[in-house]
Amino acid sequence: MLKLPENFHSYSEARKEGFIRLKELKETGKKVVGLFCSYTPTEIILASGAVPVGLCGVNEESIHFAEKILPKNLCPLIKSSFGSAISDTCPYFYFSDIIVAETTCDGKKKMYEWMNEIKDTHVMQLPQGRDGYGALNSWRGEMIRLKDALSSKFNVKITEDDLHKAIKLVNRERKALVDFFEIGKLKPSPISGYEINTVVDANGFLFDTEEKINLLEKRTNQLRNDYESNYKGQASRPRILITGCPTGGVREKIIRQIEELGADIVAFENCSGPRAQKDLVDENKEPYLALAEKYLRVNCSVMSPNPGRIKDMEIMLDEYRVDGVIEVLLHACHTFAIESYRMRKFVTEEKHIPYLTLETDFSQSDTGQINTRISAFLEMLS
Amino acid sequence: MNYIGIDIGSTAAKTLVFDGEKIVHYFDLPTGWSSKESALRVKQKLSSLGIDVHSESTKIVATGYGRISVDYADKVITEITCHGKGAYYLFSEDSVVIDVGGQDTKIITIEKGAVSHFLMNDKCSAGTGKFLEVMANRLNVDIDYLFSLAAKGDPIPISSMCTVFAESEVISYIGAGRPKEDLAAGIIQSVVSRVVMLANQHDINGICILTGGLSHIPYFADQLSKKLGHKIYTHTLGKYAGALGAALISAEKLTK
Ligand code: SF4
Ligand code: SF4
Repeated sequence: MLKLPENFHSYSEARKEGFIRLKELKETGKKVVGLFCSYTPTEIILASGAVPVGLCGVNEESIHFAEKILPKNLCPLIKSSFGSAISDTCPYFYFSDIIVAETTCDGKKKMYEWMNEIKDTHVMQLPQGRDGYGALNSWRGEMIRLKDALSSKFNVKITEDDLHKAIKLVNRERKALVDFFEIGKLKPSPISGYEINTVVDANGFLFDTEEKINLLEKRTNQLRNDYESNYKGQASRPRILITGCPTGGVREKIIRQIEELGADIVAFENCSGPRAQKDLVDENKEPYLALAEKYLRVNCSVMSPNPGRIKDMEIMLDEYRVDGVIEVLLHACHTFAIESYRMRKFVTEEKHIPYLTLETDFSQSDTGQINTRISAFLEMLS
Repeated sequence: MNYIGIDIGSTAAKTLVFDGEKIVHYFDLPTGWSSKESALRVKQKLSSLGIDVHSESTKIVATGYGRISVDYADKVITEITCHGKGAYYLFSEDSVVIDVGGQDTKIITIEKGAVSHFLMNDKCSAGTGKFLEVMANRLNVDIDYLFSLAAKGDPIPISSMCTVFAESEVISYIGAGRPKEDLAAGIIQSVVSRVVMLANQHDINGICILTGGLSHIPYFADQLSKKLGHKIYTHTLGKYAGALGAALISAEKLTK
């Protein structure tokens, strides 16, 4: 059975509690910035005095709203995000003063054009590769353009000093997150992947970074102690690493299910894992350049080429002592789907670790099949 | 000891009894509308063979689509692991196992006797037994007869992959008076192509084995072999590969 801490808050509980906190913040005059992606430099948002909030769609219900405008054969994450925006069913979107987005995959970037018709959407022009001529410079320019956009939207001046403070703060948050993730390296792991995944996403609904850091540090300590007194020396279940598309929308159907069926998810090599947090923003460099460098290093499949993801994978497979890799592909996500073959080849042929791809969407119609596939995969490991 | 594998698929419930050394019984029953019901009927049939499912000397592994309905099983294992195990027992060779099931089609790679990779068709029923069933109904014949018709026909290509659209395509061909034989051949080709598409996603090192109900139809194995470009091996117990695997697993894992 899934082990969850006593006062564990489900994602939807955390999301609900966040509404009230956000409403209160708005009433004190705070500005809110909605965002969707690991490429968003939250430091600049914090430096502008606003609070960032993640708006990624995770449910099926809002999809049909989106399908009035967007094609049906589009990634469920994009449809769900857009659907909750246009249907006025997401209070976080409603409270956002501005949306900050990036030109990542084609579906997202074209969707933002529509989103802009409902709400001011600032789109940063993300380079398609890291080493193209001028990629870094252009991305640095986009950092400055974001600063300008937020300054004029909120009528504030963002100084280098503000930015420095924000960079330091977010670096501390990253360290706290990475320490928390690294609990998964313990064998057997004292934390469920379901909790890791929930905590990370639910953190997006806390608006005080210091509070987030505190909570994370506290939980990490608890878990370390728990390991020493209750887990150390015990047998481990098969250790699974999750890779591929964001998993917020399939948390119950896949993440929870894997652990119910007898394995432990110990690491996430997707954008809700340590990948985007491990490397910090250089605090000694010119801040816009330092930010540009850091965010350009995010190893998402939207980058071409994207060799960093394989390197990261290799390190994680070793450090987290992984027995099997499960890749989640959302329907119609071309970038991850195309990278899938390379990933599978690397993991199975070079690391000799079994690999399973689950292609799915946010509906419940394939739960039986998903279940059979996960079970068969776990049987393969034992 | 009786080691029993019960494989409840969407069309048939296959049961096989292994005594630790050899296969002592096997039988199949139609699944009907409820896998609970068929689990019960399997139990009755076993008891008529003198086997008490609740006895200490009986170990049962259930598999297949309806595996959770076998409430008297000691363990449930997926059909993928069981088919792999069963096929390996029958041929003792590394292989790619193709199981065209009533509901799902699976391609399973066996390396050193164990499953190393598998694929299943996605949600839709093209390339499965379900597709054949729907089409046979349309032509008003049973599945066996569909195959003997096909053997005499020149395939009319069915262009749609989706069962529902393919069905309307077939209806319009019937309306246009096209020969049943040609339609039947087209229908079989459509299933074969779908299975080959899935199989081609596996590297085929070793032999190709066809299991499941369709492995008893030489015409199907033949067509599959032609399209795939590999010899297809079948076995008189092919239909029971899943049940056999389940029985073997019960012998391995549940003895002590
Ligand atoms: S997967 Fe890539 S594009 Fe999607 S949210 Fe993560 S970093 Fe952004
Ligand atoms: S999952 Fe893929 S298609 Fe969907 S938003 Fe992310 S990169 Fe785009």
